[in-house]
Amino acid sequence: MAGQPVLALRGVSKRFGAVQALTHIELEVRAGEVLALVGDNGAGKSTLVKAVAGVNQPDEGVIEWEGRPVTIHRPQDAQQLGIATVYQDLALCDNLDVVANLFLGREIRRFGVLDEVAMEQRSRTLLDTLSIRIPSVRIPIASLSGGQRQVVAIARSLIGSPKVVILDEPTAALGVEQTAQVLDLVERLSGQGLGVILISHNMADVMAVADRIAVLRLGRNNGIFDRRGTSQEEIISAITGATDNAVTRRQARGTEGDQ
Amino acid sequence: MTDDPNTPGDEGRFTEGRHEEGRRKLPEESFPTGGVNAPVPVASEATPAVDPRLIVRQEGVKGYLGEFRRRLSSGELGSLPVVLALVVIWAVFGSLNSTFLSAQNLSNLSQQIVGTGMIAIGVVFVLLLGEIDLSIGSVSGLCAAIYAVLEVTHGVNQWVALLCALVSGAAVGFIQGTFFARVGVPAFVVTLAGNLGWNGLMLQILGTSGTVNLSGTDIVSRLYSTIYSQQAAAYGAATAGVLLFLGASLLDATRRRSAGIPSRPVAEIALRTVALAVVAYLAAYTLNQYKGLPLALLIFLIFIVVLDFVLRRTTYGRQVFALGGNIEGARRAGINVPRIRITVFMICSTMAAVGGLFLAAQIQSASQTSGGGNLLMNAIAAAVIGGTSLFGGRGKTWSALLGALVIGSIQSGMNIQGLSNAIQFMITGLVLLAAVVIDSLARRTQKAAGRA
Repeated sequence: MAGQPVLALRGVSKRFGAVQALTHIELEVRAGEVLALVGDNGAGKSTLVKAVAGVNQPDEGVIEWEGRPVTIHRPQDAQQLGIATVYQDLALCDNLDVVANLFLGREIRRFGVLDEVAMEQRSRTLLDTLSIRIPSVRIPIASLSGGQRQVVAIARSLIGSPKVVILDEPTAALGVEQTAQVLDLVERLSGQGLGVILISHNMADVMAVADRIAVLRLGRNNGIFDRRGTSQEEIISAITGATDNAVTRRQARGTEGDQ
Repeated sequence: MTDDPNTPGDEGRFTEGRHEEGRRKLPEESFPTGGVNAPVPVASEATPAVDPRLIVRQEGVKGYLGEFRRRLSSGELGSLPVVLALVVIWAVFGSLNSTFLSAQNLSNLSQQIVGTGMIAIGVVFVLLLGEIDLSIGSVSGLCAAIYAVLEVTHGVNQWVALLCALVSGAAVGFIQGTFFARVGVPAFVVTLAGNLGWNGLMLQILGTSGTVNLSGTDIVSRLYSTIYSQQAAAYGAATAGVLLFLGASLLDATRRRSAGIPSRPVAEIALRTVALAVVAYLAAYTLNQYKGLPLALLIFLIFIVVLDFVLRRTTYGRQVFALGGNIEGARRAGINVPRIRITVFMICSTMAAVGGLFLAAQIQSASQTSGGGNLLMNAIAAAVIGGTSLFGGRGKTWSALLGALVIGSIQSGMNIQGLSNAIQFMITGLVLLAAVVIDSLARRTQKAAGRA
């Protein structure tokens, strides 16, 4: 569990007009671990993810990739580094089949023409290794259930062989069985050595798969917990601000000192 | 604690914390024991790759029919409504007057549909994005005028004039596409303004005379009027088409089989090839009964096949479909959305130019009425009647051929019957309405059947 973090955020801040969305955020993701990112609405989870995914640039602070500082200007930069993001709205094309969606933007070509055979073969292999069950790789996304779409979206993020996968609310709006499938998949990802950042509102999901839990509150770190030594109540109180711990105390001192 | 079925597969990942005895409550113990949020035990045995609920199609012809029926009932009508409509139209007009189904009339029809059909191919591209181009009529007239004025009035080399006309079409598409994709003006408004503006430019170019007659021996006229009278031409083209289809199908099936993924059974390939061969040779036979294979029809078919290939087998085509399905998804997949939009409008306008040139060749002149009348509506109607969805993301270039055939057949049949334009317009309007209704209903059924 030790070892160098794949992705690290050092003192990342982001301001939108009069709102300080993120303040000196510190975060580390290591290979093979599931880091849950929790926090109330408006805590800065999405802003943080967007900063890592290259949608927004942080105003201050450094993003480190495998130990060296990097700048991520565009989503493509993040993808090239090896950061894959699965957004809540999945962004799949309903009219295209599973294979086409998996390889969208990264099509395999042969003599300049789409190599459907190779893409279908690789899709099947990928879905098999992840034990993803879908009716067929040649049916349009429109025919799939919500859980199936979610696993296809996650599988799609793996096509570019990323090292860190960010999942934004992957189990929101999913049923019991589908949630179980997605959580299974999250574990398999970390089992294959990927760093996973899991954003979720659902404490049961977080407790089921996360190794560490980072709590954001009002754009600040409000504690990073090891799941094994933490109860759900502690996390919730950190989320709601009912907690009092070393991290918050030190931060409070820091801001007072600034003023 | 490792026996807890609620935490599958994570034993051993945690080494710290496990040995501290007299510790705090384990997270598992704080899990809710019931309700939706309770973690679900997950089967640890290997899951089969194929979903057991999947309806697997049976092999053979029976399975093929079953699949066909299932697709119909779930709203995946494809080209079926338009083929049925064509059969009905031909049966009705054929029974009213035998000249309709004569080789001469059908041969002429195959030439007359080319102009509208070419424009309709471009419309298919724009419709795939879920957008519309209302300037195609004016653009077709404009480009025909540019060609005629350059070639006839200024004596420019005919090939240069032809190239200028096509490049002008592409430039128009670039301008309109840029306003749509980069500035963000709705395509509807941009092309509506274009409809008026390009028509004005055409009148300006034609000048005071208003009509420029083509010589009849220039390249555009010859592209339209050339008919290969040798029997071998039509049959050769039919054979080439059938062999191309058969070869591509067999090659694909072989590659799939060697890669170990599902492939089309040989019986199905044979069935499809035979069906295609029947249609192709019947058409070739009919054309040979009259004058032979019109070059215009051949060019039209080549355009359809090539652009169909572009849409279905290239990255570019995949990106066009992706944009029609989910713009945000396409953008996140790294697709350059403005570039695709602009190029699609360029393809549409260029095809409008091609269609305009064929229409000019048909009447042997470029005049102030070129590209006017109901050409715009006919071209859009042809694409929609042919089965391309107005809602984007669904369609193929072949719908231009089928739709143009339907509209051309109605016009031709009514002309033979001596019916007035008034009746023609009303009937064509009804057919267009029917096509859009079928599209909407099919879409609704597809939604209900989980296919849209």
